[in-house]
Amino acid sequence: MTTTLTQTFKIPESLRKGIKYSFCPGCDHGVAIRLVAECLDELGLREKAILAASIGCSVTAYDFLDVDSIEAPHGRALAEATGVKRARPDKFVFTYQGDGDFASIGLAESLHAALRGENLSAICINNTTYGMTGGQLGPTTLLGQITTTSPTGRNVEYYGYPIKIAEHVALCDGTAFSARVSLDTVQNIRKAKQAIKKAFEVQLQGLGFGFVEILSTCPTNWKMTPQQAHVRVREEMMKIFEPGIYKDITVNK
Amino acid sequence: MSHIVIDSDKCKACYLCIEECPKKLIKISEKTNKLGDHYVEFCDPEHQCIGCAMCATRCPDLAITEVYRG
Amino acid sequence: MTECLVKPNKKVLMKGNYAIANAAVIAGCECYFGYPITPQSEIGEFMSGKMQELHRGYVSAESELAAINMVIGACSTGAKAMTSSSSCAVSLMQEALSYATSDQLPVVLVSVMRGGPGLGNIYPSQGDYNQATIGGGNGDYHLIVLAPSTVQECVDLTYKAFYLAHKYRNPTVLLADGLLGQMMEPVEFGEYPYPEIDNSEWALTGAKGRSGRIIRSYAPLADNQCVFLNKLFDKYRQIEENEVDWEEFETEDADLIITCFGSPSRNVRSAIKTCRKEGLKVGMLRPITLYPFPSKRISELASRAKIFLDIEVNMGQMLKDVKLAVNGKVPVEFFNRPVGNPPEVDDIISEIKKLIK
Repeated sequence: MTTTLTQTFKIPESLRKGIKYSFCPGCDHGVAIRLVAECLDELGLREKAILAASIGCSVTAYDFLDVDSIEAPHGRALAEATGVKRARPDKFVFTYQGDGDFASIGLAESLHAALRGENLSAICINNTTYGMTGGQLGPTTLLGQITTTSPTGRNVEYYGYPIKIAEHVALCDGTAFSARVSLDTVQNIRKAKQAIKKAFEVQLQGLGFGFVEILSTCPTNWKMTPQQAHVRVREEMMKIFEPGIYKDITVNK
Repeated sequence: MSHIVIDSDKCKACYLCIEECPKKLIKISEKTNKLGDHYVEFCDPEHQCIGCAMCATRCPDLAITEVYRG
Repeated sequence: MTECLVKPNKKVLMKGNYAIANAAVIAGCECYFGYPITPQSEIGEFMSGKMQELHRGYVSAESELAAINMVIGACSTGAKAMTSSSSCAVSLMQEALSYATSDQLPVVLVSVMRGGPGLGNIYPSQGDYNQATIGGGNGDYHLIVLAPSTVQECVDLTYKAFYLAHKYRNPTVLLADGLLGQMMEPVEFGEYPYPEIDNSEWALTGAKGRSGRIIRSYAPLADNQCVFLNKLFDKYRQIEENEVDWEEFETEDADLIITCFGSPSRNVRSAIKTCRKEGLKVGMLRPITLYPFPSKRISELASRAKIFLDIEVNMGQMLKDVKLAVNGKVPVEFFNRPVGNPPEVDDIISEIKKLIK
């Protein structure tokens, strides 16, 4: 019997060989990092890429992505990425951050990188909590959500409102592309990859800041099974944090 | 024929792949891996796999390492 | 606003801040990132124009936090990069300086001291000796600290700051004060006098033909961190061995040794000249590197001098390092001005005369 086999899936070359993720079972970080690696592969960027890693679970991205990496203090990934890019404009420079890093402690660095129109690409994982420290309330924690520092749920009186990151980034004039995607289904994973690719491409074209907010799960701290966690993404998070492309100057102009 | 390759040592038993498979060809093994998890196995005696890679796309741990269609 | 880059071998009259900025450009600084604060704003003003003119990196950063981290980013690629700031704003950079020591990056920081604590004021001060030499960052680390006392030294030590930062892959601080930043003196630039350091073994260049390098401080395993810290401190021992620098003036037969750093040494020198004419055996030891500190030499001098007088424009910060070096061999007295211009020559003379007859 002779059949030609086509490989429809392989581990991306841009991941370090033989790695095992250190994430909890069912955590979507693993998918997001794989998508980043696939985009690096497909655009041929591994050998010219420099990653500014952040603090939180996302810091481990440099253990998995086989690219040159610098670790930034909490919130400063886009400042460091700016420094890298200004020193070496020919390199492909990107960040991989959590929502706390990008939108709480690092909000100034994030929005100013976008406002300056830095030719950088930023990936932000939004899982509505501080995962590595044990599930505290973060900038994207939903109203009513119970965390270890909002024991009766997020209320407006004490905590105020969650931030809609992709919308804020889209408002910056230096932003070329801003999208929010979800990893709750295979179809949405494929859409997420397209968005990441676009955020990379606008940098390569010198158009400005490329951004993707990825709605992601934290089954451990949400105290859910991975399956339940995806249902929560769909039924709770996506209602407030609507997926979509909030800015894309390659089609609007 | 279409098939997938599973690295059982990387499987953390989240079982997200099981419901993703349109042909329901992934099952929980009775055996455990180094992590002590009942990993997933590919069971396709009737060669129903279509090589769609939905399982590998969903897998958050790179445990499904290769998918072939043919 | 901006003073032009001068021809290398011509003497010109220039403000300390402009001299530092010019020297950085001559040293090959590829990127400047900064945020305004008095009394060092001229550095950023000069760099904003000059770096753009030379097509080098420049960002008016959104904060000092961002500025120092941009420097880290640029340095991670092996580039020469710097920021400049002052006192309360250098406080904001402490976290990044701790990271940069752990990441072993050649960060150059120009710190032009003003009055503190808190917002304090914009008068000159030496209140950040502790901030520079001990630091407010977490963990075990040292910054190399260079302290100029003239505008010419601002130039020479700016060159040296870039050299030492890259040679040892360690953040290096040029610790000036508002007086030096704002005063004008004749200065000559010359060429950058140091060799370029090869950074191809560690710099981030894109992982062409190799696997990705990681510049990191995160060490989840305690054992790894022990190995790292021991290695880091082997490097500090090398720095202490090779790079201690100081100036001595009339110390050979001195009974009284005045210790001081930076701008106060100017008045101290004048006071010593006057006292010497009157036959008083007074000398000065001026540390030029505050880390590594010339403890060994101070200890030697303490074996034959009768008394030390430490003079600073703060409440006594280098004083403790002098006392540690003297180690009780002879008394160490202290004379200061808490903030502002250094003590006047006459006041120093009368202080000297109180201690020796």
